[in-house]
Amino acid sequence: MRMLTFANRNTKEILRDPLTLFFGLGFPVVLILLLSAIQANIPVKLFEIQHLTPGITVFGLAFMTLFSATIIAKDRGSSLLQRLYTTPLTPLDFILGYTLPIIPISVVQCVICYIVAIVLGLDITINILYAVFCIIPVSILYIALGLLCGSMLTDKQVGGICGALLTNLSAWLSGVWFDLDLVGGAFKKISYALPFVHAIDMERAVLAGDFSGIFPHLWWVLGYAAVLLVLAVLMFLRQMKKQLG
Amino acid sequence: MDAIRIENLTKKYKDVVAVDTLTLSVHKGELFSLLGVNGAGKTTTIKMLSCLTQPTSGDAFINGKSICKNTAAVKSLIAVSPQETAVAPGLSVWENLELMCGVYGFTKDKQIAKITELTELLGLEAVIRKKAGKLSGGWQRRLSIAMALISEPEILFLDEPTLGLDVLARSDLWDLIRSLKGKVTIILTTHYMEEAESLSDRIAIMKDGKLLICDTAEKIKERAGTDNFEQAFIRIVKGVAK
Repeated sequence: MRMLTFANRNTKEILRDPLTLFFGLGFPVVLILLLSAIQANIPVKLFEIQHLTPGITVFGLAFMTLFSATIIAKDRGSSLLQRLYTTPLTPLDFILGYTLPIIPISVVQCVICYIVAIVLGLDITINILYAVFCIIPVSILYIALGLLCGSMLTDKQVGGICGALLTNLSAWLSGVWFDLDLVGGAFKKISYALPFVHAIDMERAVLAGDFSGIFPHLWWVLGYAAVLLVLAVLMFLRQMKKQLG
Repeated sequence: MDAIRIENLTKKYKDVVAVDTLTLSVHKGELFSLLGVNGAGKTTTIKMLSCLTQPTSGDAFINGKSICKNTAAVKSLIAVSPQETAVAPGLSVWENLELMCGVYGFTKDKQIAKITELTELLGLEAVIRKKAGKLSGGWQRRLSIAMALISEPEILFLDEPTLGLDVLARSDLWDLIRSLKGKVTIILTTHYMEEAESLSDRIAIMKDGKLLICDTAEKIKERAGTDNFEQAFIRIVKGVAK
């Protein structure tokens, strides 16, 4: 109950920011429309709607990292957290309260992307539902990354690192904009050592109904999500202790 | 009966002694001010008393509960209005109060009753649906105090509540603090001499973490040999009077 109250507050703070609505929900839609228009004129396999949509749904989650990092960093910068530390809220309440509200936002973002994709010609199959379901562990991965950044950085630093750097890196290293085989070598190896491309490969496999194809990508996603979540919790508790002096 | 009993409370940060063997008592229902220049140890004292930081040594008892051994019980008795305004900027005034009710586990009926009561007590009706982030500094402090009062604390810590406010907003907040006198024990830290003199039943003056004097404003002036409280403060802090 206490945790849900705190989670509810975080949901309101995130959704009431107009930039959230634009970047979180509008920007991925703009990308699907734009890249589909390019695809219509210059056909590229990568931008075919059934390839493009899973990539965009994962790329859009980079903004969830930004949202979670921003709200924590802002709270740390104000005295609100200090006030809440004197209440019966436990450290677990704080972690869950920051994490849970962003999961439904991620799912809504994913659903909107698929609705737009259907309008643009994506076949309606049950696999879309599975793909939306599979976005949940991926969203936890991105939210955990946000928790980690928000616990370490100031809100201004979060804007630069999560808003610009991470968004671009996660896109380049995920194969959403270009086929990683075109670059190959160390770039491809680094990309496959990180979770972003695995998340997209997993989503593409699910949408294609190739359920055996989600492995080993699912393990990479879950592994990274677990490690990042543990690191985020440790970092949050560390900053909490530090802030309390 | 003492609401707070502080015994040899000490806080060290590496080589710096922020609070040095502080010993004093605060009576129930009293408005008690902690005065001192920057670095005197006022905020650290409040942080220790509100269980936000552990003392290096010594102990303090809030209604008989140790801040070292019984933090959960202490937290249920106190509330803090921090130095900076501690409100959720994207939420309305009502929602901020609702947030605090929720974290204290109030039922829906109790939430509405409590918010209505505090809205009237603090005169927040005019801004109740406005976003906290859009309010002036004075209104934000008012809301901040209302949020601290949600849990019906027996002891309320107000850390520099009027810092940065204009004269009118400060005067309004003084009236509000006066209206709370007797209902709740208030520990106030401030840099403003006139604020401490005007509001407090007793005043403690600290310097370099040590307690220099603890008495009523009148007695402090008497001890310092002056009619002016600010002069008395300066004399005591400079060591001219003891």
